[in-house]
Amino acid sequence: MSLTNEHIKNRLAEKFGDAITNFEESFGMMSFHASKEINLKVMQFLYDEQDLQFRFLSDLTAVHYPDQKGAELAVVYHLHNFVDNVRLRFKVFTDVNTPQVFTATQIFSSANWMERETYDFFGIDFVGHPNLIRILNVDEMDYFPMRKEFPLEDQSRTDKDDEMFGRGGNTAGI
Amino acid sequence: MSEQHIKLPDGSIEKQTSTLNLGPTHPATHGVFQNIMEMDGERIVSATPTVGYIHRAFEKIAERRPYYQITPLTDRLNYCSAPINNMGWHLTVEKLLGIQTPKRVDYLRVIIMELARITDHLICNSVIGVDSGAFTGFLYVMQYRELVYEIYEEVCGSRLTTNIGRVGGFERNFTPVAFQKIEKFLAEYPAVLKEFENLFTRNRIFMERTQGVGGITAERAMNYGFTGPNLRATGVDYDVRIANPYCSYEDFEFSIPVGTTGDTYDRFLVRNAEQWQSLHIIRQAMDKLKSLPEDVYHADVPAYYLPDKSDVYTKMEALIYHFKIVMGETDILPGELYNPVEGANGELGFYLISDGGRSPYRLHFRRPCFIYYQAYPEMVQGAMLSDAIICMSSLNLIAGELDA
Repeated sequence: MSLTNEHIKNRLAEKFGDAITNFEESFGMMSFHASKEINLKVMQFLYDEQDLQFRFLSDLTAVHYPDQKGAELAVVYHLHNFVDNVRLRFKVFTDVNTPQVFTATQIFSSANWMERETYDFFGIDFVGHPNLIRILNVDEMDYFPMRKEFPLEDQSRTDKDDEMFGRGGNTAGI
Repeated sequence: MSEQHIKLPDGSIEKQTSTLNLGPTHPATHGVFQNIMEMDGERIVSATPTVGYIHRAFEKIAERRPYYQITPLTDRLNYCSAPINNMGWHLTVEKLLGIQTPKRVDYLRVIIMELARITDHLICNSVIGVDSGAFTGFLYVMQYRELVYEIYEEVCGSRLTTNIGRVGGFERNFTPVAFQKIEKFLAEYPAVLKEFENLFTRNRIFMERTQGVGGITAERAMNYGFTGPNLRATGVDYDVRIANPYCSYEDFEFSIPVGTTGDTYDRFLVRNAEQWQSLHIIRQAMDKLKSLPEDVYHADVPAYYLPDKSDVYTKMEALIYHFKIVMGETDILPGELYNPVEGANGELGFYLISDGGRSPYRLHFRRPCFIYYQAYPEMVQGAMLSDAIICMSSLNLIAGELDA
């Protein structure tokens, strides 16, 4: 029996109930939101269960949504089941002032550097990570550059009108 | 560090270790990154890699650029096989916009991607040779990489950072000369590859330098997120081209070579075997092209495909579309997707969030090199210093992709 998105959804719903929300399917991949307290439980459940077996962490990164008060940062996990060849994505949201999320390094060794990268760029504090230091940027940096409040160009520039370059309005926060 | 803090490997004679800085700029590190190694004589007790020396903030830059201008950024990830990165990005955008490309475009793309895979593998394998002291193989195959670069040059005008293709297809049609060059490569390269294999695979020195070196089990490799030849060398036959076919790969017959032990020698063999498969795929694609109309080289999506320059100067419609695309006023649908392609050294994933704006809201590259390198300390622990060098080159580390 091949694994369907419907089946995964039902299994998750019966195990975690209301803690998992926003099920949707876009471009063939199922995605959902989980509360950040249970991110490891969800991952472990998906890893262990015989009919799920999501044992490959494809990608781990974060997204900054400055307009969502209280849930500004989202950590995004992409899991992959090799046997049935099914992928899924789930997000956990956290407040930008308390960016503590449990580390996935105990389940996936690959999460180690990916979490360091996510910390480096978004400042997400992975609780329990063995070596949470900056990885691509310099150690002395005291801000997290992928957050939307750090635009690429100096905003005090007056010699250039962004409207003229088709950049007005659509990039929120920049 | 005092003696009681150091966990020494079994059988070490001298109870003292020394620290060795390998890199950042060392000819054997394949790029700019540092390895701080704790050595017991010539044996490695532990390794601590430091990366980030050529970090160029591509993900941040991408938040400020229209979609078609992100292609040059992807070139600079894995610069040994830049066309695969370009096509991967175009395929991601096409998936987001729902663009269906004609079969001929798919086959032309497959040809270019497989050529890129061959060049990447031949560089990697010949450099493994260089790192074990065999310079001849490297010099020999390098002139055939040149042939492939001439094909790129014929198709798009540039060689290393190709910026090949556009969203929707290719910038211009392949010329007859381009096809002649592909035919020439297909005719000449198999004999070279055969000779290259003969030079290495049963070579006693090469075998002793690589067998049992830098090995990793299938289970650990999966846990570390390995993909591509490095995972297949451990015996797992995972290939994105088969698992999630894109760009009409389902039309081709090819097999996935796998190894058994996951050591350096197996990775070398898998890469060599993959080059034969790539040649086989290109041969099939060339045959399939013969039955398709010759003047199709892009999808008919004027709102997203940059028009031909001569049309821009002479046709009003083309001028309007050109202006809208260049100024970023075309409609991009909001959406969120993760699109993997089989890069030359693993699963290259593009995680793209569009909010409908001119630029991506968030773009993240899943870079296979970045994933491999974190397993490096575990792979070389207890090995000799010379093994560390050859293990690193067999992982096919590209600093541009590691740091983005």
